Amino acid sequence: MENILSGWVGALVVIPLIKIAIIVVGITLIVLAMNWIERKAIAHMQIRLGPMRVGWHGLLQPVADAIKFLLKEDVIPERADRWVFILAPAVALIPAFIVYSVIPFGPGKTFIVTDINIGILFLIAVSSVGILGIVLGGWASNSKYPLLGALRSSAQMISYEVAMGFAIIPVLMAVQSLSLVRIVEAQKELGWWFVFLAPVGTLSFFLYFFCGVAETNRLPFDLPEAETELVAGFHTEYSGFRFSLWVLAEYANMITVSSLATLMFWGGWLRPFPNVSALSFLDVIPGLVWFLLKMSAFLFLYIWFRATFPRFRFDQLMRLGWKVFLPLGIVNTMAAGVILLYWPGK
Amino acid sequence: MDFPIFIVFGGLALGAAISVVAQRRAIYSALSLLICLGALAVLFAQLSATFIAMIQIIVYAGAIMVLFLTVVMLLDPRSDLSSPNRARFVSYAAIPLALALGLILLQAVPGKDVSLGSQTANLAAAGRAEEVGRVLFSKFLLPFEATSILILVAILGAVVLAKRKL
Repeated sequence: MENILSGWVGALVVIPLIKIAIIVVGITLIVLAMNWIERKAIAHMQIRLGPMRVGWHGLLQPVADAIKFLLKEDVIPERADRWVFILAPAVALIPAFIVYSVIPFGPGKTFIVTDINIGILFLIAVSSVGILGIVLGGWASNSKYPLLGALRSSAQMISYEVAMGFAIIPVLMAVQSLSLVRIVEAQKELGWWFVFLAPVGTLSFFLYFFCGVAETNRLPFDLPEAETELVAGFHTEYSGFRFSLWVLAEYANMITVSSLATLMFWGGWLRPFPNVSALSFLDVIPGLVWFLLKMSAFLFLYIWFRATFPRFRFDQLMRLGWKVFLPLGIVNTMAAGVILLYWPGK
Repeated sequence: MDFPIFIVFGGLALGAAISVVAQRRAIYSALSLLICLGALAVLFAQLSATFIAMIQIIVYAGAIMVLFLTVVMLLDPRSDLSSPNRARFVSYAAIPLALALGLILLQAVPGKDVSLGSQTANLAAAGRAEEVGRVLFSKFLLPFEATSILILVAILGAVVLAKRKL
């Protein structure tokens, strides 16, 4: 066993494979848990009980739903483009999982599959391929609601991707690196999480997170799957197992956005106030737990948004993206440049 | 390790590129183009030009291909399935023209030394984000900014064409 793990086969094949297996299983479990929490939290916010029957307070409801999805009949519409219809959920799901290969869940080499020096660029590149899955799925269904949903989502995701890029650039300018590990380490050296560096860091975080919510098609930006207008948007024609792939991809993307917000603005695996030594007793809690706690907070924010805000109209959505978020992002980037250039001692 | 990767992804890019022009349905052509661009990105990454590889995917696969697919969806590509290629001579002219273009491009390769080993050393430095940024904002500053104005003009033109009454 030791021979396998120590040689180059171990370093390049066995250990990454183990990590990948842990990530795939872990993310799927987080998605199941989030599904339950989402239903319960929204139910209680609306003074309902939510799922109560399967298991203690409906705890096994997601498992029951997953089994139901797997057992249902696999329907492919007769006039659909068969191959593209089958391919589309995979095109959405595979990039959603690939991005986790560069996300550091904790300090050191143990909690990351591979730390590449262009980590964040890789993440943006791979997740931008996921958009194609939605476009292809909507087109291949050969039905009007999915097509409208796909058109909306392509316009929306491209618009908000631009603003999202401008929200990320100030962080990269401050860190002078594209590696996600470096970004967290820079926050440790600085002693402050980037979100507390008002006004630039704070504004960047809000821009990033709102664009992230729009990118993942969640309320109040869920126009591509607005049920009152488009039935279920781009995945109207999908059912059973393939529908569950869409759901899995969407939730995996939400976890990615939350993880990235944690890493770039909220110190990743660092404890609160890493520069205050009086709080060093908090180091007892391992970095992985801090990371997961912060990530879960953002995931809960997603759920909270869904229960709170009404949906935007499409023109409002576009106006917000191009006329508010994008100019704010550009001004913010310029401000970050000026501050970094003239800041004393930096 | 370099050579098998080059053969596999170079072949994939070539096959996908042929498929782009050979497919009868626009959406399959677009998907083939996507595979071709992805394979090219792998080749860039293999030459240590990781930054360019990622930009290749972000710009082409992420942005331009989505626009292509949107246009394909809007124009209803099923309608042109039945009509045969009217200008058949064009496809015959395409092959010698492509060969001629290939010859011209071959002239542009410095020293005609296209072996992998000799160029990886300086390419490794040239493909990194720092190096691309430095060159882009110093040596190629004027072309870079001129291109941005060109793109702006193109956007304005598209808006004016699409909306006659503003």
